[in-house]
Amino acid sequence: MTASLTDPATIFGLVAAALVGIGLYGLILEPGTVRKLLAFNLLGGGVFLIFGVVAKRGAGAGFPGDPIPQALVITGIVVAFSATALAITLLERIAKEDAAEKEAPSAGKDVSP
Amino acid sequence: MSPDALTFPGVATAGGFWLVLAIIVPIFGILGLWRAGPRHTERVGLATLAAGLVVALAIGFQILRSGESVVYFVGGWAPPLGLALRADGLSGVMVVMTAIILGATGLYACGQFGFRRDGIERRAPLMFWTMILAIWSALNLIFLGDDLFNLYVALELLTFAAVPLVSLDGSKATMQAALRYLVFALIGSVLYLLGTAMIYGAYGTLDIVLLSRMAGTETVLLVAVALMTLGLIAKTALFPLHLWLPPAHAGAPAAASAVLSALVVKGSFFIILRLWFDVLPPGIGEIGVQGLGTLGAGAILFGSVLALRQPRLKLLIAYSTVAQIGYLFLVFPLATGSGAVAPWEQIAWTGGVLQLASHAFAKAGMFMAAGLIYDALGHDRIDGFAGLGKALPLTVLTFGLAGMSLLGLPPSGGFSAKWLMLSASLGEGQWWWAIVIILGGLIAAGYIFRVLAPALGSVDQPLALKGKVSRRRECVALSLAVIAILLGFVPLKPSETLQIGRLVTVERVMPDGGVAPAPGVQP
Repeated sequence: MTASLTDPATIFGLVAAALVGIGLYGLILEPGTVRKLLAFNLLGGGVFLIFGVVAKRGAGAGFPGDPIPQALVITGIVVAFSATALAITLLERIAKEDAAEKEAPSAGKDVSP
Repeated sequence: MSPDALTFPGVATAGGFWLVLAIIVPIFGILGLWRAGPRHTERVGLATLAAGLVVALAIGFQILRSGESVVYFVGGWAPPLGLALRADGLSGVMVVMTAIILGATGLYACGQFGFRRDGIERRAPLMFWTMILAIWSALNLIFLGDDLFNLYVALELLTFAAVPLVSLDGSKATMQAALRYLVFALIGSVLYLLGTAMIYGAYGTLDIVLLSRMAGTETVLLVAVALMTLGLIAKTALFPLHLWLPPAHAGAPAAASAVLSALVVKGSFFIILRLWFDVLPPGIGEIGVQGLGTLGAGAILFGSVLALRQPRLKLLIAYSTVAQIGYLFLVFPLATGSGAVAPWEQIAWTGGVLQLASHAFAKAGMFMAAGLIYDALGHDRIDGFAGLGKALPLTVLTFGLAGMSLLGLPPSGGFSAKWLMLSASLGEGQWWWAIVIILGGLIAAGYIFRVLAPALGSVDQPLALKGKVSRRRECVALSLAVIAILLGFVPLKPSETLQIGRLVTVERVMPDGGVAPAPGVQP
C-alpha cells in the first residue's frame, strides 16, 4: 500500500486522529459536563471517521471496499445520539432542580414530581 | 493471511434457538409490561422472569450434557459475514446466575415503589421492571455474543438501562450520581469502539473465535486491546476509575442496587475476560496483566479501607463492591501471562469465576438486607444499629452470611474463591498477590464486624422500628446469601464445566497438557 499525504484515506485518518485527540483532551480535562458531552461527540466523530477509512481501505480480507464498517458506523451514531440525549435530559432535570432550589431556598428539598 | 482463517470453525449446534430466546424473552416481557397496563406490571414482570429462568436452565443443561459450546448463527449466516451467538461453559454459568439473581430481585421488589394492584398508575414500578428486563436482555447478549461490535451494542444497552435505575427516585442527588455514571460509561464505550475499529481494520472481522485464530502479537492488536480494556475498566469501576460507583450504587433503591452491584459491573468485566483469555494469545501482554493485577490490588486495599470509614451502611456496601471488583482482576496475572503455568492457571481461572459468582450472590443479598434495614429503621446509619439483631434477626443473619462470603470465612463461595487464588499465587511464585488477598480479607472482616457488633450487642430497651418488613422479602435476601455460602461446597479443583468451549484450551493446548507457545514468541 502506497500512502501519500494527499491520499484521501490518509487525510481522513489524520483528521480522525486529531478529532480523537481533541475529544480525549476535552473528556479528561474539561470540568463542565456539557463540554464533556461535546468532547464525547467529537471523539465519537473521530472513531466513526476511522471506520470510514477502514471501509475505504477494505483492509483484512483484501476487498477494494467494505460495506460492513458503514453499517457499524450507522449503529454507532444511533448509540452516540441516544447517549447524548439521555445525558442532556439528566442535565436539564438537574438544572431545573437547581433553579427551583434558588427560587425557594427555604422550601422542602424534594420538589420533583 | 489465508482465506481459510476467515471461515468459522464449527457449525451451528442443535438447540441454538435457546440462545436467541435468552435475549428476546426479556424484550417481549417489556412489550408486555407496556401493553398490559399498570395493574398487571408485577404479574407480567414475574412471568417473564420465570420464563427466562427456564430458558437459562435449558442453556446450562444443554452445555453440561453435550460438553461443548452451543453455537447459533443469526439468520443462518456464519461469521465473518454474519453474527454468531456462542455459549461456552463460562457463559452458561453467567446466564444461569443472572437468571437466579434477577428472579430473586423480582420477588424482593414486589410491592415496592408505591405499587398498588388496584391503585392509580405510577411510573416508578413500570420503569423499574422495564429497566430490570432490559438489563437482563443486555447481559445475556454480552454473555452469549461472539462479535465485538455486537458486544458494544449490548454494553450500551446495559448502560442505558442501568443509568435510569440509579435515579429512580428522581431526587437531585441521585440524578447527579446517574449523570456521573453516564459520563464515565460514555468515556468507556467510546474507547471500546475505537479499539473495535482498529481490530476491524487490522483483521477484517470482529468475531471472537475467528480473531483467536488470527491474532498474534501485532502492535495494533495490543494497542486496540489496551484501549478497549481501559474503557471497560471505567465501566467496571476498577480503581482508580471507581469514583462513580459508590454514589450511584448507594443512592439507588435497594432492589436496583442489588442488580447494579451484583450483575451490571460484571457485564463489562466479562468482556475483559473474553478479550484477554479468548482473543489475545496466551502468554503475551505481561506488562498488561501485571498492571491489571496491580490496579486490582489497589482496589482491594483502597476500597476496603474506605468501606471501613463509611458512616452509612449502603455506602459501606458500595465501597465493598469496589474492593471485591479488585479480587476479580487478580485473575489476570494469575491465569494468563508468563508466570501462569499449568495447573495453577486453571486453578486461578476457576477461583476468579467463583469469586465473580459468590460476590454476585453475596452482594445482592447484602444490598437487599440493607434495604430492609432502611425500611425498618428509616435510616441506615451504622451507629444507630444497636439492638438490630433482636428486631430483625433474619435480616442480620443475611448480612452476616453474605459478609462471611465477602471476607472469605470457610465454608463459603468467597472462601473457596480466595483459597484457589491464594494457592495459585503461591504455586506460581507470585507471592505478592497472596499478601494482598489476605490483607483484603482482614480489612473486610473489619467492616463486616463493624456492622455486626452493634447489631448483635445487648441493649437495655428494644429498638423502635419505624416500618414493618415483610417475611417474604427477608427470605428472598436470605436465600441469596445462603447460595453464596453453598458455593463454598463446590470442589476445590479446576472446574471442568468452566473449561467447556474455552478457545485457548481447545485449540492451543498440546497433547501432553502443556500450553503451546504463542505464535511469534520464542519458547
